[in-house]
Amino acid sequence: MNNVGDMMNDAMDTHAEPIADAPLVAPDTLKMTARNVDVYYGAKQAIDNVSIDIGMENVTAFIGPSGCGKSTFLRCLNRMNDTIPIARVTGQIELDENDIYDPSMDVVQLRARVGMVFQKPNPFPKSIFENVAYGPRIHGLATSKSELDQIVEKSLIRAGLFEEVKDRLNDSGTALSGGQQQRLCIARAIAVDPEVILMDEPCSALDPIATAKIEELINDLRGKYAIVIVTHNMQQAARVSQRTAFFHLGTLVEYGETSDLFTNPSKDRTKDYITGRYG
Amino acid sequence: MNTAIASSTARQPTDWNAGPMQRRIRARYRAEKRFRFYGLFAVLLSAGFLAFLLVTMVSSGARGFTQTQIALPVNFAGSDIFLEPSQLEGEDRDQLLAQADFQGLAQQSAIAAYGEEGLDLLSNGAWVLLRDAISADPTLLTRNETLWVPASTEVDFAARGDSGAGQSEERDAMIVRYAELDAADQVRRTLSWNFLTLADSSDPTLVGIWGALKGSLLTMTITLLLAFPIGVLTAVYLEEYAPENRWTDIIEVSINNLAAVPSIIFGLLGLAVFINVFYLPRSAAIVGGLTLALMTMPVIVIAGRNAIKSVPPSIRDAALGIGASPVQVLTHHVLPLSLPGILTGTIIGMSRALGETAPLLLIGMRAFVATPPSGFTDPATVLPVQIFLWSDELDPGFVEKTSAAIIVLLLFLLAMNGIAIWLRNKYEQRW
Amino acid sequence: MSIFSLTIMVIGFAIIAWFTARMRAARLRPVTGERAHSLPGYHGWYVALWLAIPALLFLTIWSIVMPGVVEQSVLLDPAAQALPASDIERSAIMGEARALADGSLTAAFNEEAEALVPAYQEASRFYGVIGIVATLLLAFSCGAYAFLRVRPDFRARNRVERVVMWVLLIASLIAILTTIGIVASLLFETIRFFERISILEFIFGTHWNPQSTTFSDDPGSFGAIPLFWGTILIGAIIAMIVAIPLGLMSAVYLTQYAPAKVRSIMKPVLEILAGVPTVVYGYFAALTVAPAIRDFAVNVIGVSNASSESALAAGVVMGVMIIPFVSSMADDSLAAVPGAMRDGSLAMGATNSETIKRVLIPAALPGIVGGVLLAVSRAIGETMIVVMAAGLAANLTANPFESVTTVTVQIVQLLTGDQEFDSSKTLAAFALGLVLFIVTLLLNIIALGVVKRFREAYE
Repeated sequence: MNNVGDMMNDAMDTHAEPIADAPLVAPDTLKMTARNVDVYYGAKQAIDNVSIDIGMENVTAFIGPSGCGKSTFLRCLNRMNDTIPIARVTGQIELDENDIYDPSMDVVQLRARVGMVFQKPNPFPKSIFENVAYGPRIHGLATSKSELDQIVEKSLIRAGLFEEVKDRLNDSGTALSGGQQQRLCIARAIAVDPEVILMDEPCSALDPIATAKIEELINDLRGKYAIVIVTHNMQQAARVSQRTAFFHLGTLVEYGETSDLFTNPSKDRTKDYITGRYG
Repeated sequence: MNTAIASSTARQPTDWNAGPMQRRIRARYRAEKRFRFYGLFAVLLSAGFLAFLLVTMVSSGARGFTQTQIALPVNFAGSDIFLEPSQLEGEDRDQLLAQADFQGLAQQSAIAAYGEEGLDLLSNGAWVLLRDAISADPTLLTRNETLWVPASTEVDFAARGDSGAGQSEERDAMIVRYAELDAADQVRRTLSWNFLTLADSSDPTLVGIWGALKGSLLTMTITLLLAFPIGVLTAVYLEEYAPENRWTDIIEVSINNLAAVPSIIFGLLGLAVFINVFYLPRSAAIVGGLTLALMTMPVIVIAGRNAIKSVPPSIRDAALGIGASPVQVLTHHVLPLSLPGILTGTIIGMSRALGETAPLLLIGMRAFVATPPSGFTDPATVLPVQIFLWSDELDPGFVEKTSAAIIVLLLFLLAMNGIAIWLRNKYEQRW
Repeated sequence: MSIFSLTIMVIGFAIIAWFTARMRAARLRPVTGERAHSLPGYHGWYVALWLAIPALLFLTIWSIVMPGVVEQSVLLDPAAQALPASDIERSAIMGEARALADGSLTAAFNEEAEALVPAYQEASRFYGVIGIVATLLLAFSCGAYAFLRVRPDFRARNRVERVVMWVLLIASLIAILTTIGIVASLLFETIRFFERISILEFIFGTHWNPQSTTFSDDPGSFGAIPLFWGTILIGAIIAMIVAIPLGLMSAVYLTQYAPAKVRSIMKPVLEILAGVPTVVYGYFAALTVAPAIRDFAVNVIGVSNASSESALAAGVVMGVMIIPFVSSMADDSLAAVPGAMRDGSLAMGATNSETIKRVLIPAALPGIVGGVLLAVSRAIGETMIVVMAAGLAANLTANPFESVTTVTVQIVQLLTGDQEFDSSKTLAAFALGLVLFIVTLLLNIIALGVVKRFREAYE
């Protein structure tokens, strides 16, 4: 686990040169792109002209002070802002080169392909099994009971929860601890076989041990899914991500490789945030 | 931790564009549309029932506010009534008027104007109009005058025009006769206040709701006088002063249960206790008022508690900090602030009591009351019971009167609830 | 002098006392020059309350006790020896004498009653005067006592506030008193009923035919099963078939799909359904719905014995009346489900209806069930709709086009007309009332318990 402070000190000492210009996301691993995205809540503008690339191979982190719009932008990627009547999204967001706001794009499909894990764990008041089986059921992904069982088991294994609950799959999902509930929600998202997983501050409601487990899980899932994680914890971003985007007041201030951004940010605003000038 | 992941076989990625999947998604969207439609349909159907009810009542009752009248030429001067206008200025005018045979005069005039069957055309109470006309203008005694008097039920029925044809020979004959009279402008239908000023009667053309309205007024007065103070005091006690013990729990449970007890049980209580133990007069407004007060009190308590609960503790703390005693905090601060909420709850409780029928039936307020009650202990009836009694009447002329009475009742309730809502919106404070 | 005017007089004296005491308190200055303990107004209240409360209390007790005392003294009168021995006739004659004496009756039915009138009037006058004198004496003596205690250091405010507390407590006890009154009166009469009719016949008998005992000795049969069945058929089955789907789907639409403006209009409209008096519903059912259903049954379906007082007519109208109860409980329950649950389901690609059907409604189910139970309780306690639209025939049938009767209809029916308070018919009404009370109470307790547990789960 890197220590940002140490990194900063090293950087100050050696005045490292910025790495030669390689594209942040290799074109053949490009999963989602956003171009000139604005979001308005009524008359108030929450996101201003954001453009970004998300790739399959790397975990991308969105950081920034509270209220800077990182969660808002994250919710654009799976069109969850549609559920808010006064929200308006303009610009272009593409998943595999298909505009997700195009009328012909089916929202139901989109949300299965782009899954989401929320800040506060929100398992359904059903059994553990039913929680995970919910997605495959409604999308009709399993043709038989045994297939469904397999999907549930694999999802729970992948989320690192199976060993702890395999004997009590019929217990209520809400009876688990906070960390287990969040892993259940991750399993639930995995069960519909997404291509992208969006995580909105997944650890902010958890204790440090549960947080560590989730971060390990993210590491394991990297590469199988394109992962975007919003976090207000800079150390966490430094630990789990390879690409980091810094948001401030609704704009994307800087987007780069995690280590670069934290050791040698090119914008002053980024530097101020990282050194703790403002929170 | 996750060695299992590496060894598990990869799943086939879902093909979202495959035919079956696309069909399934379309079916899901169709189910979504259907479900949404069911919801809208349910709302519209419920509202439609209400509209149907109101429209039926209004259309069948609007006519109840009118009266069919027939022109009656009366020759006062040449009649058997030997009264001079000057005689009617003295103190015994009521006696003189009562003694004069206006009924005979009316009948004679009817026969003179319309022949033998003239008697069938006049309402039984038509003569009252003659007397009232003389009372208003004694100079009528000296001349001829054509007065519009109430027509009989049969004429009224023929005037409806839409039903009754083919039911009996007399009916059909009357319909023909009515057409003739109408052509000669000797009958008319007018809006009349009679419905609101007359009391009960067995003749539907002479019937009015004044007796029932007065009974309702008396009963509601008693209900309010009893339920409001007791309800508010109980609410205050429970919210402000009650200690946390068994007694308080019992009181609270009692109130919540009472609010949910069917109203007919209160009628049984009224019968057993007020009439049989306390010997209060049956069918009097005071018994009805007592019974309804017991029924309304829990509603006021619950509304009062909510209103008092919503006053923030900071205001009480501030008052106590200045040195006000608990009672002063209550009367100077808490009660005034929670008064709008209490009043709203009271009005809603009272409007429920106004429409109640079953308990009052059991304590006997179902008598045929031809004279309006003058005190709390006179036999009386209330408007909903009046509606119930008229609905049982066989004479079809009562249908429109019953519906008209329902319209009056609904208007009262609308007014009361409207005031309650206005109160709530105007004085509701968001802390 | 009537009780009413005496009360007014006492209150008048109390008001005068208030002013006088206040003046006295204001004029008397404290000895040591400190501030007086209580404001003068409190002294006024102190004296006024002392004057009014004992006197009015005495008056209340006296007015309850006096009729009995008067009757006792009349019975001692020689004219009373001629009274017949049977209790019922005796009390009828006494009642008549009472009415003659106070002027509410002008002509007597029984001669013995006329003979008792002078005795009645004499006794009433005598005891009336005693009552007046005692009341006024009490008022003045207590008032004087209190007046003399008015001093600057007298803690009037504390005393007055203590009285206020007692008043509040007594007011609250009225609720308990009412409940006790209901239970006691129902229980008492029911026990007397079961002394005559066997309880097993009542609960399990299938033949309901109560007879008046004025003309025959046979009380008839009191098997209440047809009544219970009729109540369940109309209130719990037919009404719920109408109310539950319409109420639940209305709540779903208004909370999940409707724009805010539509919701703000339609929600009050549904509440209006609950505010229409039941007598109006009953009339509407009898006037429009029942004939329509009968015509429909006879002409379209071909049911020949369809009654114009069918269970279906009463049940449908009752169901419409119950819709707001179901829909408002369902509305509250759906709104109590955390939004995170909805978001979680939508984020997985579920449609709105799938979210509602599979996540929201199951999560809100305890609250919805509680609402349904409350609605059933309301429906089976309902009287006017069934009195006007359903019949009096105690039928045990499953055919909704036939006429059945319910518990509430029979309660009204049994207490109609003049019969002695002691007859089996009257007592049967109380027995039915007790059954109704117990059942609705149980339903309400269960419903509220279910809802409370559900609310706690989400807090």
